[in-house]
Amino acid sequence: MRWLVAGLVAVLVALVVGVSLGPVSLPPGSVAAELLNLFPGVHIDSGLTEREIAIVTELRLPRVVLGLLVGGLLALAGGCYQGVFRNPLADPYLLGVAAGAGLAVTAAIALGGAGRQGTLSGLPMTIPLAAFAGSLLAVTMTYVLGAAGGRRGSPAMLILAGVAVSAFLSAGQTYLLQRHADSIQPVYSWLLGRLATAGWHDVLLVLPYAALTTIVVLLHRRELDVLAVGDDEARSLGLHPQRTRYLLIAAASLGTAAAVSATGLIGFVGIIVPHTVRLLAGSSYRVILPMSLLFGGAFLALTDVVARTVAAPSELPIGVVTALLGGPFFVLVLRTARRVLT
Amino acid sequence: MSREPASREPAAGTPAVEVRGLHVALGGTPILTGVDLTVAVGEWVTVIGPNGAGKSTLLRAVGGLLPAPKAITLFGTPSAALRRRDRARIVATVAQSPVVPPGMSVLDYVLLGRTPYIPTLGRESTADVDAVHEVLGQLDLAGFHRRELATLSGGERQRVFLARALAQGATLLLLDEPTSALDIGHQQDVLEVVDQLRREHGLTVLATMHDLSLAGEYADRMVMLAAGQVVAAGTPPEVLTEELLATHYRASVRVVPGAHGPLVVPVRPTRP
Repeated sequence: MRWLVAGLVAVLVALVVGVSLGPVSLPPGSVAAELLNLFPGVHIDSGLTEREIAIVTELRLPRVVLGLLVGGLLALAGGCYQGVFRNPLADPYLLGVAAGAGLAVTAAIALGGAGRQGTLSGLPMTIPLAAFAGSLLAVTMTYVLGAAGGRRGSPAMLILAGVAVSAFLSAGQTYLLQRHADSIQPVYSWLLGRLATAGWHDVLLVLPYAALTTIVVLLHRRELDVLAVGDDEARSLGLHPQRTRYLLIAAASLGTAAAVSATGLIGFVGIIVPHTVRLLAGSSYRVILPMSLLFGGAFLALTDVVARTVAAPSELPIGVVTALLGGPFFVLVLRTARRVLT
Repeated sequence: MSREPASREPAAGTPAVEVRGLHVALGGTPILTGVDLTVAVGEWVTVIGPNGAGKSTLLRAVGGLLPAPKAITLFGTPSAALRRRDRARIVATVAQSPVVPPGMSVLDYVLLGRTPYIPTLGRESTADVDAVHEVLGQLDLAGFHRRELATLSGGERQRVFLARALAQGATLLLLDEPTSALDIGHQQDVLEVVDQLRREHGLTVLATMHDLSLAGEYADRMVMLAAGQVVAAGTPPEVLTEELLATHYRASVRVVPGAHGPLVVPVRPTRP
């Protein structure tokens, strides 16, 4: 319960900080007031000008909300993959899922003609669906390759398979880009992460997939705990492990696909956040999954603040920042938790 | 402990387990070739046999983990006709070396035993948590519920595995080598606990064991498997004979009468 409160507080802090900071800094109190004004029936005088209100509601808020959604989805998908594969190293990126989604989106842009329009919104529905197909293809390849090492593929086998699949699909993506040079520009601007240009349109595009993934995964959080004791024991406890596994892989891949199609390739969130939650709040997926959703969202939204302020007026690609921040952060949590445990 | 009736009550005299002509082949290799086995309600039957005889496979088949159409009947209902959830309310298995999920607490682990009662996609109720605490109390694990399972000693762990099986509320307990990881004192400890629970709750126990003396002291009846078939069945003195053990284990032993069953003592073979 206290972790749920902590998660919600983190999301609120990320929301207010994310909207307040930027080229024009706004007082957090006023921003909070303006955010409350978005609720029907609330009218608080925030002291902000028309222009500042527009910055809040039309520029920064959609960007922060998209960051919350994407971060939450990536962390949730990572936690879910870790449970499904009983593998602490599983993550949307290491499994090649993101690369699959990336290849599929590149193909959709290069072959589907969105490049000529110079914008991705030309194909609003195609992009997430293509990303989903690509991510499912990738995770299937990884699963089959990883299991080829033995009836119970070892954790390392699965990740090695993921790395191989990732490399293979990235090569396919590069090839496509070489053949369709006109699509290089839109694809690259998408690859570097599109939080910078996010509008409400992008939020609405991701929202249905995010909701579906979140509902399916969170409903199965108890089943993931049962899967932790192995398929045989899960079966003798009355579960259908393989059925549950396929459904959850599909759900996590849909979430990854939605995240990737909205913001391009942002790494590290899916492995750092669930592990941090696990170290702080215990190993039960009943806690890990909802907390990953909340803390993953807050993490990415705050990371985005760093990405756009640290080298202002230019912006760093957010994927660079997640990796730069994420690595040391993870080591720190690992060390503290170990000291507490022993 | 709350125990929901698994299905309609079986008629009196219906055996807990009835296996007729069970054939199991794994990957094309025949493991069991025509096994018959009957376990009465409340009885403790231990399956013995040399390595590779098919003991674990037999237990897995009875637990519903292997396809065995029509060969297995549980409390009068064909096992194949039971839904997995319903079977889990009747049969609980303690695997030979259960997976210990890293970081999982004893309470969470034993709660897994309530899975067949928790609605799909739902969460456990207070009744489930209460049932778990009751089981933990019965097994002298009351102070352990917050402990991480992986930090427990072998004997404590084995009792937690038992607790999960008991929390399942099943009346048939399948124990695959329940003592193989324990020292001699803890072996006796665990078997005493099982026997006590069996008498208190009217459980039926079907176990496999390697230690023949221990097996004979606790079982009502024993079944000896060799090369996928039943080669002897009966009370411990009927099964634990020097001739049978010499034939099927290729072991040189002396069988000494004991207070609770024959004691099997290995003796170094005399070289001609």
